[in-house]
Amino acid sequence: MWGWLFVSPMVVGLGLFMALPILMAAWVSLLNWDGQSNPFTPDADFVGLDNYRSLLAEEGLAQSLLATSLRNNVYYVLLTVPIQTALALTLAITVNQRMLRGRSMLRTTFYFPSVTSSIAVATVFLFLFQGSGAVNRMLSWIGIKGPNWFQDSRGVLWVLLDAVGIVDGRPDGALGEHRLMGLPWVEWLAGPSVAMCTLILLAVWTTSGTFMLIFLAALQNIPRELEEAAALDGAGRRHVLRHVYLPALRPVLFLVTTLGLIATWQVFDQVYVMGQGDPANSTLTPAFLSYSYGFDNAEFGQGAAISFILLGIVLVMTGIQRFLLRERGVRGQLRRRLATATARQPAADEGKEAHRAHN
Amino acid sequence: MRTTEKPLSTDERPVLARFPRPARLAGYALLLGFALLYALPFLVQLSTSFKTDPEAASHPLSLLPQAPTTAVFDKLSGSGEAGSVPFMRWLGNSTLVTVVVTLGRVLFDSAAGYALARLRFRGRVVLTAFLIAVMAVPPVVLLIPKFLVLNTLGIFDSYTGMIVPLLFDAAGIFIMKQFFESIPREVEEAARIDGAGVGRIFWYVVLPMSRPALITVTLLSFQGSWNEFTHFLVSTQSSDYETLTTGLARFVSGGLGQGTQYPLKLGAALLSTIPVAVLFFCFQRHFIRGANAGSVKE
Repeated sequence: MWGWLFVSPMVVGLGLFMALPILMAAWVSLLNWDGQSNPFTPDADFVGLDNYRSLLAEEGLAQSLLATSLRNNVYYVLLTVPIQTALALTLAITVNQRMLRGRSMLRTTFYFPSVTSSIAVATVFLFLFQGSGAVNRMLSWIGIKGPNWFQDSRGVLWVLLDAVGIVDGRPDGALGEHRLMGLPWVEWLAGPSVAMCTLILLAVWTTSGTFMLIFLAALQNIPRELEEAAALDGAGRRHVLRHVYLPALRPVLFLVTTLGLIATWQVFDQVYVMGQGDPANSTLTPAFLSYSYGFDNAEFGQGAAISFILLGIVLVMTGIQRFLLRERGVRGQLRRRLATATARQPAADEGKEAHRAHN
Repeated sequence: MRTTEKPLSTDERPVLARFPRPARLAGYALLLGFALLYALPFLVQLSTSFKTDPEAASHPLSLLPQAPTTAVFDKLSGSGEAGSVPFMRWLGNSTLVTVVVTLGRVLFDSAAGYALARLRFRGRVVLTAFLIAVMAVPPVVLLIPKFLVLNTLGIFDSYTGMIVPLLFDAAGIFIMKQFFESIPREVEEAARIDGAGVGRIFWYVVLPMSRPALITVTLLSFQGSWNEFTHFLVSTQSSDYETLTTGLARFVSGGLGQGTQYPLKLGAALLSTIPVAVLFFCFQRHFIRGANAGSVKE
C-alpha cells in the first residue's frame, strides 16, 4: 500500500506527460491538423501515412527539407562527437596528473560552461562570431581573414577544396544533377556549412567539461597498483597510456561516445538562438524542423511525423549504446570491476569519492 | 614494499617520472591557453555588458571598457528609459517556476526513489523498467506531443502547464533510489521495532540521513528548471509567461529593427547565468557528482 502511495505521483505524472503525449502524437502524425480544432474527434482529417510519405518518399519541399536537416545533423554529429570525446579524454588525463598545479581550478574552468544555460551561452557565441566580432579579430592577428560566420551557408568541404584550388566554387556536373531524397549530391557531400561550424564549436565547448568529469571518475577508479606495477616494469608514459589507461577507460569511452551520439541528434536550443535554420537552411536540424512545421506553419501532423522519424534515429543510437555496454560485463576482471565502479552512484561511496574528487 | 622514506603520502607520489623542465613549462603554457579559451567568452561577456553599443561593435574583444556604463543594468532593472525588455518579468517567472519545480521534485523524487529502493509492492519491477524506458525518450521528440497534451488538458499557456510537467523527473528518482539502497537497513529496522510506520520512518529517519543526495537532487533540479527552454517554448505563447530562457531567446533571435543591442543581450544573459553560477561555485562537489549521475542509466 505504502509503495503505491509513494510512487503514484510519479506514475501519474510520467504517464500523463511522457507516455500519453507519445500516443497522442502518434495519432496526430496520421492527421492533417492545424492546431485549432480538437484532433481527437471523428471529424479529424485522417490522412493515413501521407505525412510520412511526403517526407520520405515523394519529391517535394517536405522531403528536401528533411533531407537537408538530416545532412546538417549528420555532419554535426560526425564532427562534434569525436572532437568532444577526444578533447574530454585529453583534459581528463591532463587534469588527473597528481603533480599538476591548479588542478581543481582547471577542472572548474573546463566544467563551468556545462552548467550554464544553453540560451545564454548561445547568445555569447552569437556576439563572439559576428562578422567583425571577437573571433575574427583574433584570427586577424595570425593573418587569417575570418568568414562571416552566421551568413555563410557554403559547405566547409567546398570552401577548403576551393582554397587549395581543387574545385572552383563548388563542383557541378554529375554531382549537381543526381539527387538523393530530393537533395543533389553536391549538397550531401558539402560538409557542414560555415554557420554550422559555430554550433559545433559551441557544442564542443559546452559538453567537453561534463564528459571530462565522467572520464576523470573512471581514471580515479583505476587501481593505483596497476600504474605502479607498470612503472616498476619500466613502462613509459605512452606505454602506460596505451596499456593501462585506455583499456581501463574503454567502457567509459563507449558510454561517452553514445551519450554524445544521442545528445547531438537532439540539438535544438542553439539552433533556435543562432539562426533558426538560416542561412539557406544550413543550420536546420530535424528537431528544429519538427518544431517549425508545428509552431510556425501550423502543420502539426507533419511536425509530429518528423518527431517520430527523429525518435527512430535516437532509439537506434540508444540501442547501439545498450548493446555495446552489455558487452563490457562479460570481459576481463578489471574491466568488470571498473564498469560496476563507474555505474554505481558516486553517492554510494560518498566519503572516498568526494574526497578524491575534491583534491 | 617500498617503505623506506615517504616525503609525500602514498597517494600524492607520482607514479611516473616528471616531465623534463622545458616540456613541463610548455605543457603549462598550453594548458593555460586552453583554460583561457574556456574562460574568455565569459570575460568578454562581462566586459561587453558594461560597454555602449558603439564600443561593443568597435572593440568586441577588449576586456576593459573604455567608458564603463551601467546603462544596460538600469535598462534591465526597469529604472532607466522605458525598456523594450521586460527583464524583471522574465526573472519573476523563472524564479517562481524554478522554486516550485525544485521543491516538488525533491519531494516526489525521494518518495518514489524510496518506494523503489525499499518498499516491496506489486508492480515494482515493471515500474523500474518503465522508468528506464522513459529516460530513453529524447526530450526534443516530445515538443509537439507535449503541446498536444497541454492543449487537450486546457493548461496550455499557464503556470500550471509550465510547472506540472517538469515536476516528474526520472533521473532524479534514480539518484534517490540508488542513494537509499546504500543506506544500511538496520536503522530502519530499529525504528520499525520501536513501532514507527513507513511514513514516519521515511520522514523522520531516512530523509534526515539523506542530506547529500537531497542536495544533489535540489541543485540538479534548480539548474535544470532554471535553464529549461524547450518545455517553456511549447507550453506558453503569451509574453506574460516568458522566462529568462524563452524571453532572451526570442529577444536575441528576433531582435531586428533595433540595432544589435549586444551589450543589452549579453547583460541579460549574464544576469540569467548568475544564480546557477553562484550555486555551482558553492556546491561544486555536488555538481560533479550530478554530472556522473546523469550518465548512469542502469
